Amino acid sequence: MFELLDQIFVLLKHSLVGFLPLWMQPVASVLVSVVVIICLFPALFALTTVLERKGLGRIQNRIGPNRTGPFGILQPVADGIKSLTKEDIVPSSADGVVHFLAPIVLVVAVFMGFAVLPMGRNMALVEMDAGLLFFFAMGASTELSVFMAGWSSRNKYSLLGAMRAVAQMISYEVPLLMSSVAVVMITGSLSLGKIVEAQNHYTWGLPHWYIFTPWGLAGFLMYAIAATAETNRSPFDLPEGESELVAGYHTEYSGFKFALFFLGEYLAMFSISGLGTTLFLGGWSAPFEFLSWVPSWIWFFSKLMLSICVFIWLRGTLPRLRQDQLMNFAWKFVLPLTMLNLLVTALWRFLGPGWEQWVYCSAILALAYVAMARVGMRAEHFGPRKYRYAE
Amino acid sequence: MTIGSTPLGGFLLVAALLFSIGLAGALTRRNAILVLIGIELMLNAANLNLIAFWRYGPHPELLTGMMFAIFSIAVAAAEAAVGLGLVISIYRHAHTTDLDAMNRMKG
Amino acid sequence: MCYPRSHRRDLRPTDEDLSVGTLGRGHPAFVGMQALERERLPMSFAFTLFAAITVAGGLAAVLLKNTVHCALALTVAFAGLALLFLDLDAQFAGFAQILVYIGAVAILVVFAILLTRGSETPKDGVFSKNWFAGLVIAAGVFAVLGWAVLASAYALPGPGGAPTATPTVTVAEIGQALISRYVLPLEIVALLLTAALIGAVIVAMDEKERAR
Repeated sequence: MFELLDQIFVLLKHSLVGFLPLWMQPVASVLVSVVVIICLFPALFALTTVLERKGLGRIQNRIGPNRTGPFGILQPVADGIKSLTKEDIVPSSADGVVHFLAPIVLVVAVFMGFAVLPMGRNMALVEMDAGLLFFFAMGASTELSVFMAGWSSRNKYSLLGAMRAVAQMISYEVPLLMSSVAVVMITGSLSLGKIVEAQNHYTWGLPHWYIFTPWGLAGFLMYAIAATAETNRSPFDLPEGESELVAGYHTEYSGFKFALFFLGEYLAMFSISGLGTTLFLGGWSAPFEFLSWVPSWIWFFSKLMLSICVFIWLRGTLPRLRQDQLMNFAWKFVLPLTMLNLLVTALWRFLGPGWEQWVYCSAILALAYVAMARVGMRAEHFGPRKYRYAE
Repeated sequence: MTIGSTPLGGFLLVAALLFSIGLAGALTRRNAILVLIGIELMLNAANLNLIAFWRYGPHPELLTGMMFAIFSIAVAAAEAAVGLGLVISIYRHAHTTDLDAMNRMKG
Repeated sequence: MCYPRSHRRDLRPTDEDLSVGTLGRGHPAFVGMQALERERLPMSFAFTLFAAITVAGGLAAVLLKNTVHCALALTVAFAGLALLFLDLDAQFAGFAQILVYIGAVAILVVFAILLTRGSETPKDGVFSKNWFAGLVIAAGVFAVLGWAVLASAYALPGPGGAPTATPTVTVAEIGQALISRYVLPLEIVALLLTAALIGAVIVAMDEKERAR
C-alpha cells in the first residue's frame, strides 16, 4: 500500500498519458510533468512568502502579516492581486527590449533547473547522465539576466547593484561547483538519480547520507554558504539590500515584472535547496530505516522546506556582509577550503572503510578550518582614528 | 528530432556561415571588443565543425572530436579573458577602444 | 558500421566511394532513402530552427550599433550553438558550452564593455573605414568553404547515411578518456588556464596598484 502511495504521482501520470495515442505519449508525459512543476513550485513560493514574513516577524519580535485571512494565510493572494494590477512603469530612457526580457530569462533559466531534481523515487522529470552539469549550466544563465535588468534600467543604482550581484554570483559559483564535485567523486556519476541511490543505504538503521561524513559536512556547509550567496539571500543580499541601493537591479521594475523577479529569486532558492538535499541530505531517502514506509516525495519536500526555514532563519539573524568582506570570504576562505575538501574526499576514498578515514579526515578538516579562521579572522588593528573636517 | 534526417553538409554550412559572419565582424567593426566577439564566433563555428564531424565520423566511440571541442572551449575562454584584459589595459592608455584611432605606429 | 546496411551487396559503400574525388556509385543516400520506412525531410525542423537562431544571433552580434546589444546577441548565438550540440548528441559539450560560454565568457565580454564605456555610441559610426574590404574577404571565405562543402556533399554522410545508432557517450567514458588518452592535453590546458588567469589579472590590474 505504501509503495502505491510512494509512486502515486508516477502512476497517475501514466494513466493520464495512457489515453493518448502511442506516438504522442513521450511528449505528453513530459508536458504533464512540466505543467505539474510550473503549478507546484509557484504555489510553494506563495506559501514561503507567508512563512518568511511571519517567521521574520517573530524573529524580530513582532507579528507578521495577520490581516488577510486567519494568521495572514491569504497574504500571497493579496500580494498577487497587487502586483498584477499595479501600473507597469518603464523609464523612458530604458532599453525597452532588454528591460522586458530580463525577468523572462531569469524565470525560464530557473525553471529549467527543476527538470533534473529527483523529487521522489522515479520522479525526476528527465533522467540525464550529466544532470548536475545541466543544473549548473542553468544556474550560470541566471547571472546574465541580472546584468540585463541592471543595465537596461539606465539607472546608476541599478547598474551598481547588478555589477555587485554578478560579481558575487560568479565568485560563489566556484565553491558551489567544487563542493558538489566532492559528492560526484564519491558517487562516480553526475546523474542526480544515482547520487540519491548511493545514499539510500542504511547501517544500523542510520542512513548513508553524505552529510554524516566529515567531508560531506564540510561540503554541505560550504555549499550552503555558496547557495545563500548565489541566490542573493541575506547575509549576502547587498545587491538588493533596501537600505543600500534602493532595490538594486530591480529598482525600475514594477508590477508583474517585479513579481517575476521575486518569483525567480525564490524559485532559485527552492531549486538550489533541492540540489543541496539531493547531494548531501539524501534526496528522497528516509532518515531512519524504519521510516522508509513514508512516501519518498514527502521526505524530499520536508527537507526542502527545512532548508527554506534555515534560509529564513539566517535572514532574520545575521547582519549583512559588505561587498569586500563578501568577496574576501569567497576567494580567501571558502575556495581554499573547498579545494582542501576535495583532497580530503579523495583521502577518504583512498583509506577505505574503517576508523582511519573518519579520524584522519575529520582531523584534517577541523585543523584547516581552525587555522584559516585564526589567520583570516584576526582583528585588524587600525591606527589612531583620523578625522576630516569640512573646511 | 532524429539525427538521421539532417545531412552533415547542413551542419558544415552553418558552421561556415557562422565563421564568415565572425570574420566579417572581426574585420569591419571599430570597437576592439567587437573584434573579440567576432573571434569568439569563429571559434564556436570551428567547435561546431568538430562536433559534427565527430558525430558523423567513422568512430564516434573514440570521442576524439568531442574532446577536441571541449579543450577548444576551455582554451577559447582563457583567450577571451586575456584578450579582454588587454583591451581594458589599452583603454586605460588611449582612453578609447576605437581601433581606427590607434594608428600611432603607422607609416 | 555507421551506415545502414543495404540489402544490395554491390551498392554497399566501399572505401573508394567515401573518398573525395570519385562519384559514388549507388551512394548510400539513395539506397538509404528507399530503406527508410517513411519519407523524411532533408533537414529536420529542429535543426533548421537551431541553425536560424544561431545565425540570427551571429548576424545581430556583428551588425548592431549598441555594443551591449551585440554582446547579448552573442549570448543568443552561444545558446543556439549549444542546442545544435545537443542535436548532435554531444550532451557534455552542449552543457559545457552553456556553462563556460554563456556563464563566463558572455559575462566577461559584458563587463569589459562596461569598463571601457562601450555603451556610449561612437561619433564616427561603428564600422571602420575599410569595412568593404573586410566584407569582401569574409564573403570570399564563405564562398570557398561553401563550395568545398557543397562539392563534396555527395560523399558526405547524408540522410539515411548517417549513423543510425546514437553513440551513447556517458560522462564516465569522457572522464576515463580524459585520464587515460588525453591526460597530456588535460594537464597542459590546466597549466594554460592558470597562466591565462594570472596573466589576465596582471594585465588588467590598475597601474598604480602594480607600482606599489
